[in-house]
Amino acid sequence: MTKVLVWAEHDNATLKEATLHAVTAGAQLGAVTLLVAGAGVSGVVDAAKQVAGVEAVLVADDAAYGAALAENVAPLIVGLLGDFDAFVAPATSHGKNIAPRVAALLDVAQISDILTVEGPKTFTRPIYAGNAIATVESTDAKLVITARTTGFAKAEATGGSAAVSPANGAGDAGLSSFVSAEVAASERPELTSARIVVSGGRALKDEQTFADTIYPLADKLGAAVGASRAAVDAGYVPNDYQVGQTGKIVAPDVYIAVGISGAIQHLAGMKDSKTIIAINKDEDAPIFQIADLGLVADLYSAVPELVSKL
Amino acid sequence: MKILVPVKRVIDYNVRPRIKQDGSGVDLSNVKMSMNPFDEIAVEEAVRLKEKGVATEVIAVSVGPAKAADTLRTALAMGADKAILVQTDEAVEPLAVAKILKAIAAEEEPGLIVLGKQAIDDDSNQTGQMLAALWGRPQGTFASKVEVEGDAVLVTREVDGGLETVKLALPAVVTTDLRLNEPRFASLPNIMKARSKPMATKTPEDYGVDITPRLKVVKVAEPAGRAAGVKVESVDALVAKLKELGVA
Repeated sequence: MTKVLVWAEHDNATLKEATLHAVTAGAQLGAVTLLVAGAGVSGVVDAAKQVAGVEAVLVADDAAYGAALAENVAPLIVGLLGDFDAFVAPATSHGKNIAPRVAALLDVAQISDILTVEGPKTFTRPIYAGNAIATVESTDAKLVITARTTGFAKAEATGGSAAVSPANGAGDAGLSSFVSAEVAASERPELTSARIVVSGGRALKDEQTFADTIYPLADKLGAAVGASRAAVDAGYVPNDYQVGQTGKIVAPDVYIAVGISGAIQHLAGMKDSKTIIAINKDEDAPIFQIADLGLVADLYSAVPELVSKL
Repeated sequence: MKILVPVKRVIDYNVRPRIKQDGSGVDLSNVKMSMNPFDEIAVEEAVRLKEKGVATEVIAVSVGPAKAADTLRTALAMGADKAILVQTDEAVEPLAVAKILKAIAAEEEPGLIVLGKQAIDDDSNQTGQMLAALWGRPQGTFASKVEVEGDAVLVTREVDGGLETVKLALPAVVTTDLRLNEPRFASLPNIMKARSKPMATKTPEDYGVDITPRLKVVKVAEPAGRAAGVKVESVDALVAKLKELGVA
């Protein structure tokens, strides 16, 4: 049986949903062991051992792992991988930071951002901003993979009862340290796991207009707020709002694109949404070619009207 | 302090890639090619650090076909001092690129290596991290701010929940994200000047690196299509649909 080590994404207090997607990807390859590396992670471990499909949980609880610094975490993972055939991390910013460092230390190629598992060593992954899907087969002895969370359903958070055991690594590599985090505080749901996303584009003119137009609609629907790269580049919203190939990849139940023309790079980040709704005054905008529901209208009248009628 | 800036020649970001009929890859014949946009940001950052007096020399490197020399000339026109072309017509995977870069780093001993977080062709997002691992140095990926302070560099990173700042001991690897800077356009005089800047041509063998791919590309296909849906005439119709979907 193939043995798979899955890296758990967490903030030392709670297990992040991205982990549940990665567990599903890992389970398609073999028996999953979840690695919880962090500082003061007992709460995370309690959640990790209950995830359905997880056979074992390894815990490396050390201050050196608290900030998920790749310099410290990658050697820990490499040390553990002697007993495993594959390593899977969710393709989150932390996962993408750590996994290639693991792959290089093992002298294997990484398979980035997989969408599906096609065989024991064969996977599909998006290339050219999602304009093409490559099927690739690894020839390496061990697999190092990052899994696109929207490609794999969440594993059930409960139902499992994995055995927990400690894991040891070298701790602090002495190369890097965590200084500070500026976490965007928001009452709204997280963009990558929200059921509904309302996104705005360049047509929103400026920061204030974006806020006045998009936020009331998002709040009425209990939705997360996203944006096109054009809107981010123009400074309407911070970068972590960006949906697209170089931003966040989302696949909510309902994606509402407001004043977004639908550049390739944006579509790559949201085209797997269940239902796409587009509001744009240009009826030829490419977004309408993939929208399930389109409203050709001036957003400045349509969105407030929509908010008032919901 | 020297800064090494690896750059990649890729399909221009405005060009829609065409998939070859036989499914073997993307057709790059007669397609406009440019410097990977994230690498342009890397060159800009390195040149700014030189202008601030933090760096003494900026060395651009590219692993690719003879035509990658054009990409290096662009880097030189933006302000890099010299260039190294590691020439090969084979597709080189991130791991092999990282090995070549590590060998160059051993020769040049840069204080910083700044490169794009990913190339917009294979979208791997691996080379910087792999290079840092092989070089045994720290990495600041997805950087939106880079400040050198003595023998360390503070890197503010774009992470899922916002921003995070890490302190890395030099030498270090930094990979760039979009908001780090806005790359300059090379002026005509600088483009002319770039022609006389030194460019060495090497091969992967010169660095003793085996570039045999580890991944076999089975096929490359169009993504599953998504059919256009219906247009509604009014906000009322949209509200009705949203209610149907159970979200309003």
